[in-house]
Order: sequence, then structure tokens, then C-alpha cells
Amino acid sequence: MGYSLNFAAVWRSFDLLLEGLALSLGLAFAAILVGCVIGLATAFGLVSKNIAFRKPAGLYVTVIRNTPILVLVLFSYFALPQLGVRLGKIESFVLTLAIYSGAYLAEVFRGGLLSVPPGQREAGLAIGLTEMQIRTSIILPLMLRNVLPSLSSTMISLFKDTSLAAAIAVPELTFEARKINVETFRVIETWIVASCLYVATCSVLAALLRAVERRLAVPR
Amino acid sequence: MTQTLLEIRDLHKRYGAVEVLKGVDCTMAQGEVISIIGSSGSGKTTMLRCINMLEEFQGGSIRIDGQEIGYETVGGVRRRKKEKEIARQRAMTGMAFQQFNLFPHMTAARNVMLGLIKVRGMGRDEARSVAEKWLDRVGLLSRMDHYPGQLSGGQQQRVAIARAIAMNPKLMLFDEVTSALDPELVNEVLQVIKGLAEDGMSMLLVTHEMRFAYEVSTRVIFMNQGRIGEEGNPREMFVKPQTKRLAEFLKSSSFN
Repeated sequence: MGYSLNFAAVWRSFDLLLEGLALSLGLAFAAILVGCVIGLATAFGLVSKNIAFRKPAGLYVTVIRNTPILVLVLFSYFALPQLGVRLGKIESFVLTLAIYSGAYLAEVFRGGLLSVPPGQREAGLAIGLTEMQIRTSIILPLMLRNVLPSLSSTMISLFKDTSLAAAIAVPELTFEARKINVETFRVIETWIVASCLYVATCSVLAALLRAVERRLAVPR
Repeated sequence: MTQTLLEIRDLHKRYGAVEVLKGVDCTMAQGEVISIIGSSGSGKTTMLRCINMLEEFQGGSIRIDGQEIGYETVGGVRRRKKEKEIARQRAMTGMAFQQFNLFPHMTAARNVMLGLIKVRGMGRDEARSVAEKWLDRVGLLSRMDHYPGQLSGGQQQRVAIARAIAMNPKLMLFDEVTSALDPELVNEVLQVIKGLAEDGMSMLLVTHEMRFAYEVSTRVIFMNQGRIGEEGNPREMFVKPQTKRLAEFLKSSSFN
């Protein structure tokens, strides 16, 4: 038990951790952005009356949600090049996380779509709006408000999933922390600081999303 | 002569194997106010919803101002018109729903403005002033920047009527618009509808308010098991029903 805490070595490399954190945020942002587009399209597929949309959407969600993300990350980085698809570490990871988040977000959005009462669409039709106008002016804004709470927790867990990029040596927060750990042997300090950075970032993210939620709340 | 506005010919509607409309014929002139009454399941709401294609129908035809609604026959094959064309046709009618169906994320004014901007192509300012005019007409000018959740049921339904009317439809469809309201809020909505009737608006009302149907309608249609059971002048129909079914219905619906 002769371990005495000494953060000095970690502080010296703190800028590396911050750079890692910045990259983590960048990875998450890019992946979630693409994931939202995939998720939204897939959600419309999942609730579609047309089996040609519903089946592929369902298959995608099932396959991706039932595969561990680490396996997906390793697959796209190590296996895809064998199949002729060669991507950089960062591109490979962003793509993987985007596809992974798309499947989760699709389920979130699907629930949101189902939560909009059918009468809303009918009221839109009755005044002569097209299906597309109804989607953009009525369904999406209502759906977004309904899904914000679960969207927020999904986004936070996707942000934390960026730590898996360390497995393919993407220099994000976890990878940098491991490097500092190896170089300084300050095991406890390094991982405490890294954890604190994750917690702080997630808290800020959650607060931001709660603010959006309050901002969009419909007065009653 | 008054002009024919709506012409329904041999309308058939099935849900799977269940036929809910078994050949409905109805002609309506400009400016008529027709109440459709009948017990639940008689097909009255379904008939109304076919007129603006909220329901598909499998046989017969509906014409508004001579235009065939929803379907066209090309080379002997009946097919649904294009979505854009149906949307344009739907804008010829306005509809008020039992559950109001206001857009909850928009203020009363924006509820009315949405169709004016997106369908009628008005600019924001013009749409706003049209919305003002109609919200004033239903007595809610002071509530125009309130959200539906901040309004009573009766107020919400009046906004919904303003939203439909502002689009300047040829025909208004009212689908049991007072059924979801607390009794003390029913009257304010009926007064609005009565005012529209007095202005000469053509209206089809599915209603359970027999007293109101009696007072406001130029004609009453009694639906019975997917067909028109009886129709005519409310004064004659309510006092001297010709069929046993209508007599029973009137007795059970506490018209007196």
C-alpha cells in the first residue's frame, strides 16, 4: 500500500489528454451526425408500410445492434482492407461508429415517430399538405421533442464509445491516457484524470441537451 | 338555379371483408348545410372522410365542382390520382376533427398560417393577417399567440375551425366536432358553425347534436348500416320519421 498519489506527471502531459479529448469529441460529433441521418432514414423504413423498406431497415438494426461495437471496429479496420476497402484509422472508426449509432438512433427515432398521433398527419392532409411537408413541418418537430430525453442518453453513450478507438490506435482520450500511463507509471492518477474528463464532458453534453429540451418545450 | 357542389355516386368502401359503405348517393348544392346522423358504425364518419380522401374507397365516385376526387379511370383501369393532385383536391375542402388535431408545437396563429403559406403560397405577413381575421371571427384574436396546450377544448376546436376556414374551402366537413368537449364548451363551438352557415358556407356535419342539426341544417341525412336510410328536411324528418329505424334512433338520441 505504499502508493502515494502524485499528479504532477499527469499534469505535465495534460495537454495530450485535452488533445485526445478534442479528438474524441470530433469523432463522436462526426459519427453521430452521420448516424442521425442514417437513423432517421432507417426509422422511416422501420415504420413504412412498404416491406421493401421495412425488411432491410429491420435487418440492419438487428445485425448491428447484436454485434459488439469492438468487433465492428476491429472488423472495419482489419478485415475490410482484405476486401479491398482501405480506410485510415480515423475514417474507419468514424464510419463504424456512424453505422453503429445509426442502428441505435433508428430505434430512438422509430419510437418518436410512433408517438406522434395519426390525427396530426390527417390534419396536415386535410389542409392540403403533401406527405413530405407533413414530415418536415409536423412529424419531425414533434418527434424530435418526444425523443430528446432518450436521444440525450444515446448520444452520451455513443460519445463514451469513442474510447474503443484506442483499440486501433486512434489518438483519442483513452489512447492518450494509456500512453501517459505507460510512460509515467502513474496508473491511478492517469485513469482518475481521464475518467474525470469523461464525466465532465458527458455532464456538459447532458446539460446542453437538457437546455435544448427546455428551449423546445411546448408551453402549456 | 343553385349549382351542384358535391356529387356522390354509388360510393362503396370496404375494410378488408367488411363493407362499411354499401352504395351511397348524395347530391349537395352550393350553400347547403347537411347534417349526417345515425348510430355509430353506420358509416357517417367514413363517408365524410372519403370526401377528402382520408379514406380510400373501392367503388363509386365523388365529385366536387365537377372534379372527380381521388381516382381516375384510364383505359378502363381505375387508379389513385397522384399524391400532389390529391393534396390539391383536399385543399378544396376543409375539415374539423373530433379531437381538434391542432399542431401542438405551433401557436394558434401559426396553426392557421401553415396551410396558407405551404399550400396557398402566401407570404408570412399576408398569412398572419388572414389568420388574424379568422381567429377574430371565432372570437380568439386575443389568444392567437397561445399554444394549443394553453387553450380550453372549446377554444382549440374554434382555432381548428379557423385553420380550416382560412384556407377558403368550397366545402367544410365537420366530424363530430363537439363530441370530445365538456358540455359547457359545446355551445361556443356550435355558435361558430351556425355563424358560418348563416354566411352561406356549404357544410357537411356528422353530429350527435340533434337539436343543433334540427336548427341549422337545410337537409338531414340518416345513415343506416352503410346506406342512406332516409333524408329530407329536418322539420319533417325529426317530427315524422318515415322509417322505423329513424324513429328508433331519434327516440334513443333524446331529441325532443
